[in-house]
Amino acid sequence: MGKPLVVLDNVSYQYDSQEDFALKNVSMKVYEGEWLAIVGHNGSGKSTLAKLLNGLQFPTEGSISINGITLSEDTVWDVRRQVGMVFQNPDNQFVGTTVQDDVAFGLENNGVPAKVMGERVVDALSRVNMESFLDQEPHHLSGGQKQRVAIAGVLALRPSIIILDEATSMLDPRGREEVIETIMKLQQEESITVISITHDLEEAARANRILVLNKGEIYREGTPEEIFQMDEELVRLGLDIPFPVKMSKQLSEKGVVLSKYYLTEEELVAELWTSHSKM
Amino acid sequence: MDISLKNVEYRYQNNTPFERLAISDVSINIESGQYLAIIGHTGSGKSTVLQHLNALLKPTKGTVWIGNREIRAGRKEKNLKEVRQKVGIVFQFPEHQLFEETVEKDICFGPQNFGVSEEEAKRRAKEAIKQVGLHEEILSKSPFDLSGGQMRRVAIAGVLAMEPECIVLDEPTAGLDPRGRKEIMDLFYRLHRENHVATVLVTHSMEDAARYADEIVIMHKGRVQKKGTPYEIFSVPEDLLELGLDVPEVVRFQLKLEKAFNVKFGKICLTAEELTDAVADYLRGGTPK
Ligand SMILES: Nc1ncnc2c1ncn2[C@@H]1O[C@H](COP(=O)(O)OP(=O)(O)OP(=O)(O)O)[C@@H](O)[C@H]1O
Ligand SMILES: Nc1ncnc2c1ncn2[C@@H]1O[C@H](COP(=O)(O)OP(=O)(O)OP(=O)(O)O)[C@@H](O)[C@H]1O
Ligand SMILES: [Mg+2]
Ligand SMILES: [Mg+2]
Repeated sequence: MGKPLVVLDNVSYQYDSQEDFALKNVSMKVYEGEWLAIVGHNGSGKSTLAKLLNGLQFPTEGSISINGITLSEDTVWDVRRQVGMVFQNPDNQFVGTTVQDDVAFGLENNGVPAKVMGERVVDALSRVNMESFLDQEPHHLSGGQKQRVAIAGVLALRPSIIILDEATSMLDPRGREEVIETIMKLQQEESITVISITHDLEEAARANRILVLNKGEIYREGTPEEIFQMDEELVRLGLDIPFPVKMSKQLSEKGVVLSKYYLTEEELVAELWTSHSKM
Repeated sequence: MDISLKNVEYRYQNNTPFERLAISDVSINIESGQYLAIIGHTGSGKSTVLQHLNALLKPTKGTVWIGNREIRAGRKEKNLKEVRQKVGIVFQFPEHQLFEETVEKDICFGPQNFGVSEEEAKRRAKEAIKQVGLHEEILSKSPFDLSGGQMRRVAIAGVLAMEPECIVLDEPTAGLDPRGRKEIMDLFYRLHRENHVATVLVTHSMEDAARYADEIVIMHKGRVQKKGTPYEIFSVPEDLLELGLDVPEVVRFQLKLEKAFNVKFGKICLTAEELTDAVADYLRGGTPK
């Protein structure tokens, strides 16, 4: 594991209009180069946490430090240079009148020279297969196309931390796979740190670590293996069990002997093949 | 009430330099009491088709029939209230349909607009909010002070409270937590089965299309590429992959197993339960069926 890049110390957050705290006593670390998935029921505080990490709002109690800098109104711009965020609703994110202007906007703000900027914009848009929409107005795109452009906007910035807030929820299955692969490649090759908020358990199963939020508090943290062993407890938390685990369970109940419940289809197929094919 | 699209074309910003052809020659029939799923790659025209089902968009060519109301290209359409009342749409982005100061007012807006009394509308709001798994206290909150998934649930409650004859869902589960996803899809299915509510579902979840729909339409580049039952559609994985789509995870898993064991189970299983039985039988007997 790399060094701790993001450190939350006893963070709580309360929205002005609400009686309850949206986040309560959250302490956690995110390590350099890891892929951390954050899961939890609707309203558990995931987006609130994301907005705190990006300095869109500040903790009511506790403190956050990112790459050694304590987040405050004075440091927020330095921090945002390192943290790229894709919001849950892409419409809230668009500022440009064309797709290419929109992606360029963040670069301009960071003082990237014009020539480099053009290249980076096209590069980022081709990574998400949107290079043929350069002059389209972002609000006049289909739902999935909007999400792709929003992701390109962050890729172009090349931040050291990428926060995805359900950034692929409206992509078709193969499109989602491609986009996740693209970001995973960046994470591995350039040691980018990814914090991905998701309801897609298959995606969470591929993370290095999973954090489960429940009613504004950290319920548990662990490897995908550890988390998905929680089984029916996950359903109580508003979550579910990934398909290969469900399949393993159902097969065991039907008398097919398995040494454990598998997290990936490949492993389950492999065990079925080695232990049962010669029956 | 039946809805049908006949040779529908739609161009966004028609007759401007920004004109964009989104769908063409689309013919789809939705019979009363049917459950239709529409699947397709990003940008294939699904949301554009849906918005014709209650005349939010009017075709630039072709005709749409909504019950006995005809919407034809190039004609001014007035008084669409009745159509909007019969066909309730849950939009792809819930923010696009929330606008009142409180959740309660938001949910009551539709029914009251269609002549339901305030008291009855409030009763329906209370019921609908529970059906989508939220607490009653949320009724007094602002819809913009909610989490993404809570907003989605409120948008769904708003459509339920209208008690439409046809429910049109544009990726209704995006943003819902996994348990909510299942509960809300089961709720729509119950309404469909028990109250014969015609249902049109646009989804990227092949699992949901396989589980709930009686018919599936595949859109590709603005046209209808293929129609069939879930069984017909998912029995030919190659066609789906070519269109950038996929089979449900259970079918994918079956194909992997068949490859490893070098057998065919005879038919494609669309649920985990079916596949478990097929696999257990096979392992017990050792002979493919
Ligand atoms: N802008 C806001 N003003 C007031 N309260 C808010 C606001 N945004 C969220 N909340 C409340 O804070 C709590 C946490 O919301 P948050 O958006 O962080 O949840 P989430 O885990 O991202 O949920 P989802 O999966 O639905 O996106 C919820 O109870 C929500 O109603
Ligand atoms: N308001 C608009 N103005 C101009 N073009 C649009 C508009 N909305 C959509 N389009 C274009 O029309 C085509 C069809 O879009 P539509 O939203 O129907 O796709 P979709 O199948 O719903 O995609 P997704 O799965 O991404 O939501 C796309 O190429 C899109 O860019
Ligand atoms: Mg959220
Ligand atoms: Mg759409």
